[in-house]
Amino acid sequence: MERIKHFLKSFLLFELLKGMKVTGRYLFAPKITVHYPEEKTPQSPRFRGLHALRRYPNGEERCIACKLCEAVCPALAITIESDQREDGTRRTTRYDIDLIKCIFCGFCEEACPVDAIVETRVLEYHGEIRGDLTYTKEMLLAVGDRYEEQIAKDKEADAPYR
Amino acid sequence: MDYTQQLFEQMFGADWGMTAFILAKNIFYIFVIVVPLLLAVAYLTFAERKIIAYMQIRVGPNRVTFFGIPWLRGWGQPIADAVKAIMKEIIIPTGANKFLFLLAPIITIAPALAAWAVVPFSPELVLADINAGLLYILAMTSLGVYGVIIAGWASNSKYAFLGSMRSAAQLVSYELAMGFALVCVLMMSQSLNLGDIVKGQQGDSFLNWYLIPLFPMFLVYFISGVAETNRAPFDVAEGESEIVAGFHVDYSGMAFTVFFLAEYANMILVATLTSIMFLGGWLPPLNIAPFTFIPGIVWLLLKIAFMLFFFLWFRATFPRYRYDQIMRLGWKIFIPITLIWILILGVLLQLPDSSKELFPLNLWFK
Repeated sequence: MERIKHFLKSFLLFELLKGMKVTGRYLFAPKITVHYPEEKTPQSPRFRGLHALRRYPNGEERCIACKLCEAVCPALAITIESDQREDGTRRTTRYDIDLIKCIFCGFCEEACPVDAIVETRVLEYHGEIRGDLTYTKEMLLAVGDRYEEQIAKDKEADAPYR
Repeated sequence: MDYTQQLFEQMFGADWGMTAFILAKNIFYIFVIVVPLLLAVAYLTFAERKIIAYMQIRVGPNRVTFFGIPWLRGWGQPIADAVKAIMKEIIIPTGANKFLFLLAPIITIAPALAAWAVVPFSPELVLADINAGLLYILAMTSLGVYGVIIAGWASNSKYAFLGSMRSAAQLVSYELAMGFALVCVLMMSQSLNLGDIVKGQQGDSFLNWYLIPLFPMFLVYFISGVAETNRAPFDVAEGESEIVAGFHVDYSGMAFTVFFLAEYANMILVATLTSIMFLGGWLPPLNIAPFTFIPGIVWLLLKIAFMLFFFLWFRATFPRYRYDQIMRLGWKIFIPITLIWILILGVLLQLPDSSKELFPLNLWFK
């Protein structure tokens, strides 16, 4: 009896029709695709994208060239050189991040004692020739100036959990 | 028409005028068939990507459009693909037989297009109304395998060769089942002419179509057709997860595109033959007023589209058959079924005429 049942089942393509029913139903199911440039998935305030160097509200750069980020960076993507400025404070003369080496782990942001280096929500950037993705101090400060409002808001949103 | 004929007679003289006219007329008809066919192939690739995407809860290609018209988004995709393929380089591998390597795609596509000569689009619309139409179709669809075998051999690559070996074995096994299924159609219609086969299915409604008395043969024919065109789930000749891409692994650019075109042209051909032989070709489903207003060619195209949808549906649903399972299905299941059905049909045909007047039989045996 069992064998006859099995024979009939396979002979009448029962299993195949069952499979086609599933795909046939999904043909009319609502589609879950996010139409990327027009629609975007939500981002966490902790999103780790392009780096930025921040400034204090009076325009003074935050970075004090402690080189903790350079030390903690697992990919050795950060290169810092420092010197004394005319007013006697310690500042970086060079702050390069090689975004090709960077693994976006966020350790630099964690290590920074003055919240100078941060990772922003920006993920849409690209390079066209070799060297384009090595961001210098000026470029990083420019990114920071541009997104300061968003960065401050994200920092505030994340503050209760730190 | 008469005016054109006179024009040709003036140009080529009375003797050659008629010949030249017939030649020109046939070339014109060939273009009328092949150009829409190739366009249909292009948009079948688009339909395939869309339908399979929808079955996988995606949306498929929806970017390329014509002149930035928003509601045509995605419809430019086949054109963009074609332009890309034409601009790409055709790489001929070292050690490949150059002549055969370039000949193979042509051998594949030529029969797929040539078979359309005998397809009747409506009672009058047929390029070559020959009596051995079905035989011609069988011959042409079998020729396609030579392209695959030559491609696999000329590439001088083991993956390509494995693909063509598999394809050859598969085609030989399914050709038999397909042929036997067609023998049943012949027994019903008593004719090899495709137009006469459709006329044999004429009646009040779709109950007269050979789909009903030959339903198992319809399934056998269609599944064999899927196997014959190397489509999923019978696409072991390509088998991208096992033998990279099978017979066309070394092809690139336009040479590869021609293989691609041939595969889709073959799909359309199998869908057309299925609708002609089992779904009543150009006949409307019910022979009453609103249905008969629509011209026959529209019904045929609708049936072709319906059968093509199944090709795509199968591809979205089924995983690839294992090679030995393909052989088992072909030899141990399809051929016995077809043989038994031929026997049953033979008995029915030999029944005394009085019993053929009875209800279901009088629909099909006239």
